[in-house]
Amino acid sequence: MKSLLSRKSYKIISIIFSFFLFVFTFLLSITLGQTPIPLDTVFDAIFNYDGSITEHIIITTSRLSRALIAAVIGSSLAIAGALMQALTKNPLAAPDIFGINAGALFFIVVSVTFFSVSSLVHYMWIAFLGAGISGGLVYLLGSLGKDGLSPVKIVLAGAAITALFVSFTQGLLVIDEQGLQSVLFWLAGSVAGRSIDMLLPVLPFIISAGIVALFLGGSINILMSGEDVAKSLGQKTGLIKAVMGIIIIFLAGGSVAVAGSIGFIGLIVPHMVRGLFGSDYRWIIPFSALFGASLLLLADVAARFVIMPQEMPIGVMTALLGTPFFIYIARRGLKIND
Amino acid sequence: MTKLSSIKNKSKSNQLNKKSLVTFLILFLFSLLLILLCLSVGSSFIHPFNVINHLIGSGTGEYDFVINTLRLPRVSLGFMVGAALGVSGLILQGIIRNPLASPDIIGITGGASVGAIIFIVSFMGTVSVQWLPLAALLGAAIVAVFTYAMSWKDGVTPIRLVLIGIGVAAAMNALTTMMIVLSDTYSTSTAYLWLTGSLYAAKWQDVNSMLPWIVIFIPLTLLFSRIVNVKQLGDDIATALGVRVQLYRMLLLFISVALAGSAVAYAGGIGFVGLIAPHIARMIANRSFAVLVPITALIGGIIVVLADLVARTAFLPLDIPAGVFTSGIGAPFFIYLLYKNRNM
Repeated sequence: MKSLLSRKSYKIISIIFSFFLFVFTFLLSITLGQTPIPLDTVFDAIFNYDGSITEHIIITTSRLSRALIAAVIGSSLAIAGALMQALTKNPLAAPDIFGINAGALFFIVVSVTFFSVSSLVHYMWIAFLGAGISGGLVYLLGSLGKDGLSPVKIVLAGAAITALFVSFTQGLLVIDEQGLQSVLFWLAGSVAGRSIDMLLPVLPFIISAGIVALFLGGSINILMSGEDVAKSLGQKTGLIKAVMGIIIIFLAGGSVAVAGSIGFIGLIVPHMVRGLFGSDYRWIIPFSALFGASLLLLADVAARFVIMPQEMPIGVMTALLGTPFFIYIARRGLKIND
Repeated sequence: MTKLSSIKNKSKSNQLNKKSLVTFLILFLFSLLLILLCLSVGSSFIHPFNVINHLIGSGTGEYDFVINTLRLPRVSLGFMVGAALGVSGLILQGIIRNPLASPDIIGITGGASVGAIIFIVSFMGTVSVQWLPLAALLGAAIVAVFTYAMSWKDGVTPIRLVLIGIGVAAAMNALTTMMIVLSDTYSTSTAYLWLTGSLYAAKWQDVNSMLPWIVIFIPLTLLFSRIVNVKQLGDDIATALGVRVQLYRMLLLFISVALAGSAVAYAGGIGFVGLIAPHIARMIANRSFAVLVPITALIGGIIVVLADLVARTAFLPLDIPAGVFTSGIGAPFFIYLLYKNRNM
């Protein structure tokens, strides 16, 4: 009993610590860059803004919104990844690997090319639609056959659906070169150069999905102990899975609409969290949210310095960070919860 | 009794060979007809009889430019590229023993693309464009070696190779995107056109430098065919039968990379041919690898030439990259394969 208590207090201390880590990376993201800005100027910019000071303008128009977007997207992707890994019982599950990013992106490119859609609210709904269709397709294809959902099958299905949407996107962009310039941003994935207005329409969906995910932790624990066990405990497993699916679509689709295709955050973070704090989903989800935000903020800061004076697209940064990780998991074998 | 059954077997295998030969000849004739069609159709139509007249040298020479300079190199290159991709996929599916393997899915094409894009973005203009294929091949080889090394853990299992290939392919995608985003507008669209896979503006020079790859590596594949047949039974059986599994897997992988890499080098990422061609071949021919190699080569060639024909004539005057069409057919086919192999 005592050890349980200490384990719990260990987690509470850790979550406070993780929160401070998040605040720290957030401040890093605001202060560092091509023009380093000291912390007191940052507070000045927020609390007594003066439009004649360049640093104040940089903070309010670019740094702050960038950091906020990175934080929100990072936690959404990480929660989406954690839920996907639970839902498919596959350690390689993540929005990008299962074709959700590519699907959302393809739908956005189609709407830009053929229907000249240009409002963010529309992008968002289109991205939700694309994420839902591609995610559903991958899940369906991965669970075909008599032994149901198998990790290898679903990874292959994800690769196929990704290849499908990527090649269609490329085809469209070759035909429509002007479109290419305007969507390159999404293709690479970026949190830079977006005003906070871009985030606002998506934010309610992401926040409510995140909150539901927080409360779902206990049910996911039961689900992870096996379908039969869960059913005998009176859980409506179908309902839980459907809710998880909808949360994933809101989180992953919303992220693509705001910041394009940012890979591997959803893969790496849940693994880190499970490694550090065990496999209790009531804790995995909040930890994933905090760690996801911190990791994406850090990646974004690094992206500003790797090839100064240019900026590396953040999606590339995360992919380069994530590939070794992917290889490590693939080598270890596709078993979850160990 | 044994004698009798061996005679029976022999006559059966003769029958099989005859059947394969007929299939091969039919495909061959079909390819010739298709090439003829490609030479006559386009923004200006040339009557097939005039094309034949021109080819055998009894024409008036008025079609010299359209046929010799524009259409013939394009069709030849397309056919060779398709053959190379098809055989490359056939080998991969054989050694990985997974019908879903293909050079695009496990990142070989991606590696070649990164090599080529780096070349387009950083050296185009300063170094002659004829070195582009070398860059692409180098990229393909590096990725293949890397993927293979990463999959090694007391030997390489097919599933691990595919999974790690998928991860590496994702990294290659990221690198390509990075190069494209960081380059200026002109190289962006050049790079993008190349990425999608196009036979636009193929030259005799390309045809001549692609030819050796086909002539060397496809016959070499035939030489290994017996080993692949044994290996398809599984690693344990193959080892028991005395096949040095890892060594041959590496050699075959090397051939596959050389074929896919050269194809990507000359025509860009024409997707899914390496996946579809072997499957169609298996549907119409028997499962012996030696028979499948030439038939897959022909089918791969037919697919690419056909896709290119549609791509350059359907939306005149637009010349759409052939890769768009091969992907349009290939990706649904892949999904069908997943469905068909659902109990695997």
